[in-house]
Amino acid sequence: MNRHLAQEIAFAVLTLMAMMVVIPVFWVIWIIVAKGSSAISWTFLTQMPHDGMTAGGILPAILGTFLLTAGTALVAIPIGIGGTIYLAEYARDTWLTRCIRLAIVNLAGIPSIVYGLFGLGLFVLFMKMGTSIMAGALTLGIMTLPVVISTAEEALRAVPTEFRTVNASLGGTRWQGIRMIVLPQALPGIITGVILGLLRAAGETAPILFTVAAFFLPVLPRSPFDQTMALPYHLYVISTQVPGMPEEIQYGTALVLLGIVLSMNVFASVIRSYYRRKRQW
Amino acid sequence: MVEPKIRIEKVTYAYGGKEVLKDISFDIMANTITVLFGPAGGSKTTILRMINRLNDLVEGTRMSGRVLVDGQDIYAGGTDVAALRRRIGMVFALPLPLPGTIRENVLYGLKLAGITDKMQKDTALERSLNQAALWDEVKDRLDHPAVQLSGGQQQRLCIARSLALEPEVLLLDEPTSGLDPISTRKVEESLFELKSQYTIVIVPHSTQQAARLADYAAFFLMGELIEYGEGSKIFTAPRNKRTEEYVTGRFG
Repeated sequence: MNRHLAQEIAFAVLTLMAMMVVIPVFWVIWIIVAKGSSAISWTFLTQMPHDGMTAGGILPAILGTFLLTAGTALVAIPIGIGGTIYLAEYARDTWLTRCIRLAIVNLAGIPSIVYGLFGLGLFVLFMKMGTSIMAGALTLGIMTLPVVISTAEEALRAVPTEFRTVNASLGGTRWQGIRMIVLPQALPGIITGVILGLLRAAGETAPILFTVAAFFLPVLPRSPFDQTMALPYHLYVISTQVPGMPEEIQYGTALVLLGIVLSMNVFASVIRSYYRRKRQW
Repeated sequence: MVEPKIRIEKVTYAYGGKEVLKDISFDIMANTITVLFGPAGGSKTTILRMINRLNDLVEGTRMSGRVLVDGQDIYAGGTDVAALRRRIGMVFALPLPLPGTIRENVLYGLKLAGITDKMQKDTALERSLNQAALWDEVKDRLDHPAVQLSGGQQQRLCIARSLALEPEVLLLDEPTSGLDPISTRKVEESLFELKSQYTIVIVPHSTQQAARLADYAAFFLMGELIEYGEGSKIFTAPRNKRTEEYVTGRFG
């Protein structure tokens, strides 16, 4: 076999493999859109479910997912970004910071169902929050931390050290340098990381299973200590737990969840590319 | 005898357990240009960064001896390091404009110091850009991004940024190493102008530049101060054999 032919074959095989990444994505989206779009209507998005969830809308699940995502953001953003600034800008290499880093790596490796059980044990039972948005958001928030921290740290480290040196040489304190130069420069990267973390949280089922999600609750939550329905869990319920569920509603629910997550993803990409073009170094 | 502006007194400096400066003592006089020169690895930059305590940012260093500015030990406990660095400006080897406009760059130090008065800022802007011989080139585009300037202009912008704080001392670490000869000349000419108001300490990027600029010169070799004295003497009639060999280009 000559070298030219070998090259052609290798090229073809590699192209095929690259294609295989793309195919499932479009396939999934195609199936969900094809089977679910007929379910999407104003009623579906704004009404309570009724008749054993086989009719009406999914408003409480949509709203629940938004509330949980917002709650996750409230937990993950301050702790994640604050902790990252400490680690990347202040902390020296000591046993304490090594412990913190080890903890972050381990947090990232924990299966999501374990977060669910942890949330049940700590927030729901021990701290007596009950199954509630509060407990769910805290659980999801902790799960999201490693994503936020690792992307935020990368964003901070991408800001040239020289800016910090110049800041110091002009009589700036470390905090002034962080606030006036480093953070503004790192912000797009940090925002991207936060959004990516949040959309992962928005689509998770296991962590909310025991901590917040309601099987069927056709009222909207009124306080952080109420239970709520949420899209991923609702999807699980109507796909496996309710006999005679119209396929249309199942795929429609999946389409709404997919729509929320994908639009957040696109938003993150837009922010990133916008600021990358504006960046001045 | 005139009091020196800066006195380096028996300074030994170690980085990562290795001594990079060995028992260095010399004085820097006010309103002069003092040149620290010698082959690479002589720790000249370390001395500069010692004078504004920028070495504080580096981990794993050990220092003994004293550095006095106006008779005050700047390493004494309770020294306000930020205030010290406002008095002692620094320009780096590469032009390092901060993100933002020309105006924001020049006024960054004032912003750090909490100065918000518009008159004061406008005065400082024009004065320092003039002193750095950049005003005429940028006065019509002060709100353009600093990165749009050429390398030579960026470096003069960095000089202006230091001068905006009206420091007493200006430390320059090979400020013209990345510049073309014309820009280099402009920077050197502004340094001659500036020395009437400032004490200038510079690590030059060549022996020729050292000879052009020096009122006083200190020759460093492998972390040791080999010879120190008036520039006119060191570059024409050095006392030390190694200085002579270096100045005449036999090594380095």
